Amino acid sequence: MSVLEIRDLHVSVGEGDDAKEILRGVDLTVRSGETHAIMGPNGSGKSTLAYSIAGHPKYTITGGTVTLDGEDVLAMSVDERARAGLFLAMQYPVEVPGVSVSNFLRTAATAIKGEAPKLRTWVKDVKSEMELLEMDPAFAERNVNEGFSGGEKKRHEILQMRLLKPGIAILDETDSGLDVDALRIVSEGVNRSREEGEIGVLLITHYTRILRYIKPDFVHVFVNGKVVEEGGPELAEKLENEGYAAYVKGSQEVASA
Amino acid sequence: MSASDNPTTTGLTTESAVLAGELFGDGVGTQAGPPATPAEGTGVAPGAHSHGGPAPTGSPAERFTSTDPDAFGVPTGREETWRFTPMKRIKPLLDGAESDAHLTWTTDLPEGVELTSVEAGDPLLKGLPEPVDRLAALARQRSGGAAVVRVAKEAQLDRPVTLGLAGTGSDEVVWGQLVVEVGAFAKATVVLDHTGLARYAGGVTVLVGDGAQVSLVSVQDWAPGAVHGGQYDAVVGRDATFKQVVVTLGGDLVRLVSNVQYAGPGGSAELFGVYFSDETQHQEHRLWVDHAVPNCTSNVLYKGALQGEGARTVWIGDVRIRPAATGTETYELNRNLVLTDGARADSVPNLEIETGEIVGAGHASATGRFDDEQLFYLCSRGIDAETARRLVVRGFFTDVVQHIGIDALQDRLMATIDDRLGALPALDDQPVEVA
Repeated sequence: MSVLEIRDLHVSVGEGDDAKEILRGVDLTVRSGETHAIMGPNGSGKSTLAYSIAGHPKYTITGGTVTLDGEDVLAMSVDERARAGLFLAMQYPVEVPGVSVSNFLRTAATAIKGEAPKLRTWVKDVKSEMELLEMDPAFAERNVNEGFSGGEKKRHEILQMRLLKPGIAILDETDSGLDVDALRIVSEGVNRSREEGEIGVLLITHYTRILRYIKPDFVHVFVNGKVVEEGGPELAEKLENEGYAAYVKGSQEVASA
Repeated sequence: MSASDNPTTTGLTTESAVLAGELFGDGVGTQAGPPATPAEGTGVAPGAHSHGGPAPTGSPAERFTSTDPDAFGVPTGREETWRFTPMKRIKPLLDGAESDAHLTWTTDLPEGVELTSVEAGDPLLKGLPEPVDRLAALARQRSGGAAVVRVAKEAQLDRPVTLGLAGTGSDEVVWGQLVVEVGAFAKATVVLDHTGLARYAGGVTVLVGDGAQVSLVSVQDWAPGAVHGGQYDAVVGRDATFKQVVVTLGGDLVRLVSNVQYAGPGGSAELFGVYFSDETQHQEHRLWVDHAVPNCTSNVLYKGALQGEGARTVWIGDVRIRPAATGTETYELNRNLVLTDGARADSVPNLEIETGEIVGAGHASATGRFDDEQLFYLCSRGIDAETARRLVVRGFFTDVVQHIGIDALQDRLMATIDDRLGALPALDDQPVEVA
């Protein structure tokens, strides 16, 4: 059972006079078993929220708290956050030349579990998860994200989530750039984790399309660096029909993220 | 593009459409990077070049070649081709003292391969591409002949040809010339494995027959103190494929000049290189790919890492597309990873395009510290920063080493690299740069 609590989070990028505030007081609580969708227009700060929770050095926390089961996440290094149970599926996963997927996955699993996974079960787990995500076995010998198509990168992100079994998973625009088949495959991967019960999901998206596959329990509308409205799945339907215009209007300054 | 104090990153990718449209001019080569104007005393004589291409274009980068060392004069260190080289340390080679010293050869010759030798004056030697600097000319002259590896036409070797070349520790300069002659449609891999302590000047020429597929792997795993200079030439036959993998890890000073020319259309050349310079090591790799016939491709990927005070690397990548070389496709890339303060990497890509009728041409060069985004990605999966850094650096090398295609050799080289990486200072002492 995990609880991620974000309280009055303020985040900026840049330094000195160039510093720009992007998150302006975010409040959010995600518990195991819950799926929260964060929806908002481009530049509203959705991705900044994701990267700030994961600890990307580009972002400076200027106020507020983030805790996981009461532990201070902001005091942890990037790898400590992952080992504490946080996972970020990135919108633009990074190529790591010369590091094979299988080596990377095993190294990560060893770090998360604190000991090397038993080889036989590990190989079996990787193989079956890859099959479920309809990934070619040859994938494991390729270099991490190198030459991957957009869809392959996203499947690879979800493969990691499945294998590392985080308490809280943040999916940053995992749906972007996916065709219908890939979207279904990736969504089914997320749903398998949800059905197993012990994961809280923070689903960041611009579009409602993925919400047809992954049903959220809560929807938060994110505009100009904070949550401006919250509701149930019906809020997503409203956004589908009306767009973000009602929220963006009056908000002159749209932060870029 | 030095990284001694302020690691810089440059992205000099150039697209052919832009270059061809804006830069193509009659008989005028275009360049990115510093002009390769010869310094005084290098004696560039128009028309004196010996490449197999068309008549000289009058381009400033026409290259002087000769088998006569004195035709080059004695370099002072101010010449374009020598300006990066520590002249004091290469002096024993440039002095050119005659000697009969040899490296110790250990050979593994699969069936279909003949190892023989020819005397000076043999017609085979007359037909080789000529030396491009005084050191190469000295090596050609002083070696007084050549060792020849012959692979019969259409031969399919069941394993690589391996020539283990070990220095004996003698102060005498070893002069050497090797010719690898691969017949048409043969498929061969040749490994030159340099070890031990030596002062060695060795020329290597690979003649790739029409339709042949040849890989040349040159490993510089010298003992500390070794000095190695050499000119590597490849003449790529019609529709032939040539791959060269250069791995420079050891020695005090290594300076290799690799040239590629095409004897017929449809040839393909891939030049891979990896180097790792520790304290005071000077590692210099100069490349020259001369596209003078149509429909050939070249791909250059060199990656290097530097650590420790006085670690020094130089990479010069010259690619020339002559007017006749329509349908050329070329790309060259150099990456340098500066692991500590006090190291310096120079990277100079030059691309000259003299015809607009090409498929593509580009180059890129970057010198810097760790890729912050790669580290973040790995750490975000729970991997601690130190392990992540090792993975990234190891991957940086693996990316090139894996092109060798010989598992045992790759494992040996990666083990050597792992040992060297063990000497890295702790991460806390080396703040990662935030982009």
